[in-house]
Amino acid sequence: MPVPHRNYANARAVMPSGRLDHASCEGFRSDLAEHLDGCAAAAQPMVLDLSGLEYVSSAGLRCLMLAAKEAGAKNVRMVVAGMQPVVAEIFQISRFHLVFDIFPSLRDALAAVSPEAAQAFDRG
Amino acid sequence: MRVRFWGTRGSIPVALTPADIRDKLAQALLAASGRRFASPGEAYDFASGHLPFSVTHTFGGHTSCVELENGRNEYFVCDMGSGARAFGAHVLAREGGRPATVNVFMSHVHWDHIMGFPFFGPAYVPGMKIRIHGCHDILEHAFRLQQSAPCFPVDFDQLSASIEFVKLVPGETREVCGMAVTPKLQRHSGDSFGYRFEAGGRSVVYSTDSEHTLDDPSQTAAFVAFFRDADLVIFDAMYSLAEAVSVKADWGHSSNIIGVELCQMAKAKHLMLFHHEPANDDATIEGVLRDARRLEELTREGPALQVSAAYDGLEIAL
Repeated sequence: MPVPHRNYANARAVMPSGRLDHASCEGFRSDLAEHLDGCAAAAQPMVLDLSGLEYVSSAGLRCLMLAAKEAGAKNVRMVVAGMQPVVAEIFQISRFHLVFDIFPSLRDALAAVSPEAAQAFDRG
Repeated sequence: MRVRFWGTRGSIPVALTPADIRDKLAQALLAASGRRFASPGEAYDFASGHLPFSVTHTFGGHTSCVELENGRNEYFVCDMGSGARAFGAHVLAREGGRPATVNVFMSHVHWDHIMGFPFFGPAYVPGMKIRIHGCHDILEHAFRLQQSAPCFPVDFDQLSASIEFVKLVPGETREVCGMAVTPKLQRHSGDSFGYRFEAGGRSVVYSTDSEHTLDDPSQTAAFVAFFRDADLVIFDAMYSLAEAVSVKADWGHSSNIIGVELCQMAKAKHLMLFHHEPANDDATIEGVLRDARRLEELTREGPALQVSAAYDGLEIAL
């Protein structure tokens, strides 16, 4: 199933869920590439809302790293939000917390990338 | 089977500096504030029981050299990094002038893995037999090259031991003095080879200088099979995962995280983090170990995987 997303004003929140591991990362990677293309075309920042993600393996982290590189190349600001404690700990162990801008919640991330997006989030 | 670590550092030997020792002493004194010790033994007990490894010890600085003992009368050693000097002294002391046979298994011939050989005492002793096993065609050339003028004063041909080079084939198991040895091709600049050793119902995998990306399912499955049920996996954990998949991608090394994942998939019993990054101090390596143990806890689905970090002088019995 494609990774769902929702637009908040001029920002896009992408919301993977479940486990991001060897079995799921290739599909996730191609979905994320499409989202990045969409963000690049619309000049949107992207928030990866990981609140529904229960686990990420090294393969999943590698996908995120490749996406971060692609986002940089396409001039798309990509940030991470809402990690569950286990995923946050895996980010720390792998030192991925040094690679991404990380925010405690989707609301915090939207506010950081676009005030209009945060207002859209508040309106529900 | 018994395993002794003579060299555990990656790339280049490192030594503790005077500042490192001063800092360790200061931390120990702070931790001992207000305590009184009636004897060196009491102080030793306090240090062993209450201070972290990174304060009381060091992970050490010699490059790769790991000895395996299978209870037979020949020696087995993986790689001839700078730790080979101390290993050679150990062989000579133990033999007390008797001739002996040393079986060397080479992961590859990058300098940090051969630099100890010119200082390997048994190579200078008549009657000693040294068999250097490996899968690279250029194995002998590399050993001779580093002992050619102007790099070293003693030419390879002047060594007194009987030295033989033995070509191995990846995937083919060979019996060497009661030890079954199987090499495996690994991803590293110029290729490297891991070895699986089996004797007396125990198995040890030596897999250093190997980059695992886990993005190719067939490659992952091949390494899981290579590590399968091993009692000990000695694993290249030089970088953090973030480094290994970004700025240091294609540098030919792996991370603590990949080590935990592969060993869990293979149901190996003990992961030994190895080939420590030379820029990492003892506290940092201790942190890498702590992180690996925590990841193992977070992701454990079956029996616990024991996770350790190798240090020069470590000896374990399997």
